[in-house]
Amino acid sequence: MSFITQIFTLAVFAVFVNNFVLSKFLGLCPYIGVSKKIDSALGMGMAVIFVMTMASTFTWLIQQYLLIPYNLEYLQTIAFILTIASLVQLVEMVIQKTAPSLYKALGVFLPLITTNCAVLGVSILNIQEDYNFLGAILNGLFSGMGFTLVLVLMAGLRERLDKAEVPEAMKGMPIAFVIAGCMALAFLGFSGLNF
Amino acid sequence: MNLWKEFSKGFVKENPVFIMALGLCPTLAVTSSVTNAIGMGLAATFVLTCSNVIISLIKDLIPSKIRIPCFIVVIASFVTIVDLVMNAYTPEVHKSLGLFIPLIVVNCIILGRAEAFASKNKVLPSILDGLGMGLGFTLALVVIGSIREVLGAGQWLGMNVMPLAYIKSPMLVAILAPGAFIIMGLLMGLINIVNKGK
Repeated sequence: MSFITQIFTLAVFAVFVNNFVLSKFLGLCPYIGVSKKIDSALGMGMAVIFVMTMASTFTWLIQQYLLIPYNLEYLQTIAFILTIASLVQLVEMVIQKTAPSLYKALGVFLPLITTNCAVLGVSILNIQEDYNFLGAILNGLFSGMGFTLVLVLMAGLRERLDKAEVPEAMKGMPIAFVIAGCMALAFLGFSGLNF
Repeated sequence: MNLWKEFSKGFVKENPVFIMALGLCPTLAVTSSVTNAIGMGLAATFVLTCSNVIISLIKDLIPSKIRIPCFIVVIASFVTIVDLVMNAYTPEVHKSLGLFIPLIVVNCIILGRAEAFASKNKVLPSILDGLGMGLGFTLALVVIGSIREVLGAGQWLGMNVMPLAYIKSPMLVAILAPGAFIIMGLLMGLINIVNKGK
């Protein structure tokens, strides 16, 4: 398989087949919480793509060059969550100094991302699935894109839903879950894909 | 009976999953069977109780600016303990919960209780709060897990509970990802109706 095909396959699998939200149940809190407006969903999505790519890069390096050589694999959870927390803090400060307009768009979402399980999830999955360095970075990037895709789709649906006649008891979160279920059904259709 | 109140509020009144909608990822991900639901619930209860104890003990030593990283380190340590212990004694549950055991670290229920309760209260109420919230979480997982396992596999805790004809062709969607979302949504709607009726 040529290099390009490999990357393409990785992308399709990360975005559609093994979508982080709809088939792995990671990052549900922002998926339900920040999907009320398309603008904020897009902002959150961009911030998540950015942080997931960075986190994949750094946690992979830490695992390979720090934890494995010193036999400290059992500290993985602690090491990764600290890396992600400090990374998010660092990214926040760097963006604030260098690109104020980007900070304005992403700023409010950055602190929320530390406790987004998709970020820690992708870092651990990269190690479990034995990706190489490039694979880990790309997996982080594409998984983040998959997350953004469903987040923005969901936001679009929910903006429409505001005008629909939903039974009183199902308004808000309950109907959002049912819709997420329908989206998951649609995404299940990708699961037979083979290359 | 103030202590009893701290303990019991997590079951129904402030149930972390159904009322406060916290910790949704593990709730939906591990409830495809009741066994997994119980395993996850107890693991989270242990982490929640222990981290509540430690945090309420050291709350006066932590400067408030760096309290969140401190809480996360405490929580992550207990998660590592649970991870290793489960790997040693219940390897099957450990395997099927997989990724979601390390992810207990970012379960918002635990950080939420640390921030909202343990960092402001004494040890004993914190223990009870942790236990109550943890068991409330377990309860919610078991309820969702039961519905999904019965509908999706015709079984409960691995025992056949539905007629044989149903088990041969169950409503498979209930244990797949879409079923988790839809059942969760319907349950939350039902709880809204019940709460309104009161």
